[in-house]
Amino acid sequence: MSVRLIPPSSELTQPYWDAARREELVVQRCEECGQRPFPPRAHCPECGSSALDWRKVSGRGTVYSFTISHRPPHPVFTDQCPMAIAVVELEEGPRMISNIVGCDPVEVAVGMAVQVGFEPIDDSDVSLPVFTPG
Amino acid sequence: MSLRGVAAAVGVGELAPQRYTGNATILDLLSDVANEAMADAGIERSQIDGLVVHPIGGLPGFVPATVAEFLGLKPTFAELVDLGGATGAGMIWRAAAAIQAGMCTTCLCLTGTRRRQRKPRSDGPKAAAPTTPRSITPKRDQSPAAEFDMPYGMLGANVGYAMIATRYTHEFGLTDTQRAKVAVDQRKNANANPTAIFHDQPLSIEDVLASEVICEPLHMLEIVMPSAGAAAVLVTAADRVADAQQPPAWLLGAGESVTHSSFAQAPGLDTTGIGIAARSAFEQAGVQPADIGLASLYDCYTIMVLLTLEEAGFCPRGEAGAFVEAHDLTFAGDFPLNSHGGQLSFGQPGMAGGMSHVTEAIRQIQGRGGERQVAGLELAYAHGNGGIIAEQTGLVFGAQR
Repeated sequence: MSVRLIPPSSELTQPYWDAARREELVVQRCEECGQRPFPPRAHCPECGSSALDWRKVSGRGTVYSFTISHRPPHPVFTDQCPMAIAVVELEEGPRMISNIVGCDPVEVAVGMAVQVGFEPIDDSDVSLPVFTPG
Repeated sequence: MSLRGVAAAVGVGELAPQRYTGNATILDLLSDVANEAMADAGIERSQIDGLVVHPIGGLPGFVPATVAEFLGLKPTFAELVDLGGATGAGMIWRAAAAIQAGMCTTCLCLTGTRRRQRKPRSDGPKAAAPTTPRSITPKRDQSPAAEFDMPYGMLGANVGYAMIATRYTHEFGLTDTQRAKVAVDQRKNANANPTAIFHDQPLSIEDVLASEVICEPLHMLEIVMPSAGAAAVLVTAADRVADAQQPPAWLLGAGESVTHSSFAQAPGLDTTGIGIAARSAFEQAGVQPADIGLASLYDCYTIMVLLTLEEAGFCPRGEAGAFVEAHDLTFAGDFPLNSHGGQLSFGQPGMAGGMSHVTEAIRQIQGRGGERQVAGLELAYAHGNGGIIAEQTGLVFGAQR
């Protein structure tokens, strides 16, 4: 269990969080052109289609970039610093912000292979996608 | 169609950045610099028929009208620019474009922020963890990406620029010392600028490297310090330039690019909007980066200067680290950069921080750089950068039309 800042979800984004509670990582896929927009959209940013379907992805990715934050970006992160904040590039293409957990932050490197995991958040029904080496 | 030679900047007003501004309201500060710019240019209030401002915290809307009434203006062109750190630069070409379109003849561009002392919101070892661990729901709506960024600590700008530095170092190689050189040379410039917030404080490479690492690899002294202040620029039509008492700083070219909002969606470091904006500005001006005598580049972080140097074409891709080591970046050096000290040493008074790169380019082109005047300056490039390399505006100023 951990403490986080959890902004409210919307009708558009709820399927992402519902899937995370099932320990599945899903990303929208455009049925017309195959684009995988992230964060979620109402229309495909490439072709304008509204036929965007949530699809489960492999959960595998690589670290595109990262930083080890020594100061908490917000007081809720105080006990988690130093923490590794990263841009993870999914095998399927989209890039997302995440944390690299389950290892010493000094082991994190650009290009490192990572795998999604899910972290329950205190006092909420949110299960947060995070990434671990492997 | 081009903006080349359509208009010139003829007056500036600028407050020396301070940490805090007591009880002054933002309108007080804007009024100060607006009146200073009019006096500087020798232009009457009644001659101003254009006004460009930016969103102001505490004013839910109607910002141009509110500011216009406070200043006693009745503009025929009123505009709001919302491009983060690119706002100041973005105002200047919009003013010129409005002049070109016949919507106004003399346009006042205003930026600023007030800052009151209060208990730090977070930061530092003193900030205590919440006693009852729980998830927190922000009070206000955030950007669509907030839901996917905030839970991970992707807040503020430090994290994003640190990740830019990490990625840049991975792709091209860059040392801590090379980044620190930017901060140190800019501090030498600030030491020659009495209005700079760090005017009296020398800085060494060792000082930078010994400062606290906030977000790896960035040290405290590579990160801009928030301050308060304001800056105004008066832009007037080519056929009105003679009305002003100051020499014109001609706008010769402008370029802009907006590529993303959330950092995870930023383009690669070799395809940023920095290059798009800069190339447009140079093309419009009909000049090359090598022709520029002063680079006034947005510097929220040391890494931003390095990235802009190569994306704007001042040095080959991947060579920014070696470039700053090989050149003296001070106002008297072989590659004058941020002669006012940059925001790292001048201060970052909100949107007036971005505007400081513009006011400095104008003053230098006008030959009013004082102790820090760049000798024989004909062309200056000013660059604004908003968000986490999200919004870019480039401007070329020249002494000759």
